[in-house]
Amino acid sequence: MQFLSDNSDLLWSAFLTTLSLAVVSGVCALVLGTVLAGMRVSPVPPLRGLATFYVEVFRNTPLTVVFFFLAFGIVEIDLQFPSRFITAVAALSLYTAAFVCEALRSGINAVPPGQAEAARALGLTFGQALRQVVLPQAFRTVVPPLGNVWIALAKNTSIAAGFAVTELTASLQRLANVNADQLLAVFAAVVAGYLVITLPSAWLIRVIENRVAIVR
Amino acid sequence: MRSTRRIAAFAALGLTLAACSSEAGNQAAEESSAAPTVAEDVDFPAGSTMAALNEAGTITVGTKYDQPGFGLLNPQSGDPEGFDVEIAKLIAAELGIAEDDITWTETVSANREPFIQNGQVDMVVATYTINDARKQVVDFAGPYYLAGQDIMVAEGNPEGIEGPDDLAGKTVCSVEGSTPAQNIRDNYPEAQLTTYDVYSKCADDLRNGNVQAVTTDNVILTGLVAGSDGAFELVGNPFTEEPYGIGLALGDTDFRNFVNDVLEEAFEDGRYADAWDRTAGSITGEEAPEPPAVDRY
Repeated sequence: MQFLSDNSDLLWSAFLTTLSLAVVSGVCALVLGTVLAGMRVSPVPPLRGLATFYVEVFRNTPLTVVFFFLAFGIVEIDLQFPSRFITAVAALSLYTAAFVCEALRSGINAVPPGQAEAARALGLTFGQALRQVVLPQAFRTVVPPLGNVWIALAKNTSIAAGFAVTELTASLQRLANVNADQLLAVFAAVVAGYLVITLPSAWLIRVIENRVAIVR
Repeated sequence: MRSTRRIAAFAALGLTLAACSSEAGNQAAEESSAAPTVAEDVDFPAGSTMAALNEAGTITVGTKYDQPGFGLLNPQSGDPEGFDVEIAKLIAAELGIAEDDITWTETVSANREPFIQNGQVDMVVATYTINDARKQVVDFAGPYYLAGQDIMVAEGNPEGIEGPDDLAGKTVCSVEGSTPAQNIRDNYPEAQLTTYDVYSKCADDLRNGNVQAVTTDNVILTGLVAGSDGAFELVGNPFTEEPYGIGLALGDTDFRNFVNDVLEEAFEDGRYADAWDRTAGSITGEEAPEPPAVDRY
């Protein structure tokens, strides 16, 4: 317990950093992933091609490599993010958006084609039909896979530890060195930090899933 | 993609170095002066560790495989090379064990004590700082080298950093969880510390101007400076003292005294300086340091 009170400042700020990394990246990834999913089902071939290319690139690249490229690679073309936190948000968002897009696309494909056809027959444009008819139904069916993506994202924030962001895993590395005799307490504190984020998320995902489920 | 080329250049450099050093190794085999002379008619007290090792004709030594100049694995020969390795060979030779009969084991910072305690290695020569906490679980012969925390800056030292006090208000990089990083946090809080998981990322950040300095043990910085093609330089003003010792099993005082005797002889008769010149000294171009006083605690 002594250990907890001595290091409460570091652990608290590390926890807040992990949480804000996950939340900010999660929102960005959701927006970008939705746009990408719209592109992948659009009737315009170049848009479809572009989104497919994006998904294949980011889904098949290790997250660490994405981090490395954004932290050190783009300097070679004279680009630089204003801070390492923003670098981490960018890497996590770009990477996770690919998974959001694919989860959402599976939801879109699960909406019976008759829905989109009826919407178009009523005179809605493709964009209107997507936004007002197809996507609302698609989101309902993809709550569980999106929940998986979110929990994976919350844990993926740990990669930022290797790129100068002092989040929970970085605090683990620091505390483990100074408190070699209390390693178990250090691990427990850091694991608890992640569980505080992921366990309520899992519960919330179940609640949302039950509330929005459609019986077909 | 300049960075790709840089990586390729590094790989090429590594191969060249490896090639050079294996040549040096071959020469060493031919000229008996380079390889330590193996003691032949040695007589050790019955039941001592020295007698047991001499009888077995082999010794297991733990060293680092990733420290240029001190202990770096040569991928071609499969054996490590460096100053620590040469020190271990000196001791083995005095035990009547030829260098080909030494069994090398990689030890990293986290596993040195357990390896000694479990008897997986007979000794550890691995940039191993002597301190009181470690003396509780292992014995130390030596020290045979005094390292210290130092600072690496860009070529020409544009920020005029001469010591840790000049780091105030500057951005400085180290590795998260390392003792040098903690030292900066505790004693130089004015410095803005950035921490990565490996030093090569600190070097990248120094190269592209994201940080103004990199700090850790001078031994590690020396390797980075040597691989930087003149882009970095060492401030050369160590501000901590890290005495490197040889880790041995706790309580084996006879063996510890023996190793200390060997070290003192080697300090005197030039084998120490010779080992330095062929390893770390050939990277830095510096002369062998004055050997530290052995601490027979």
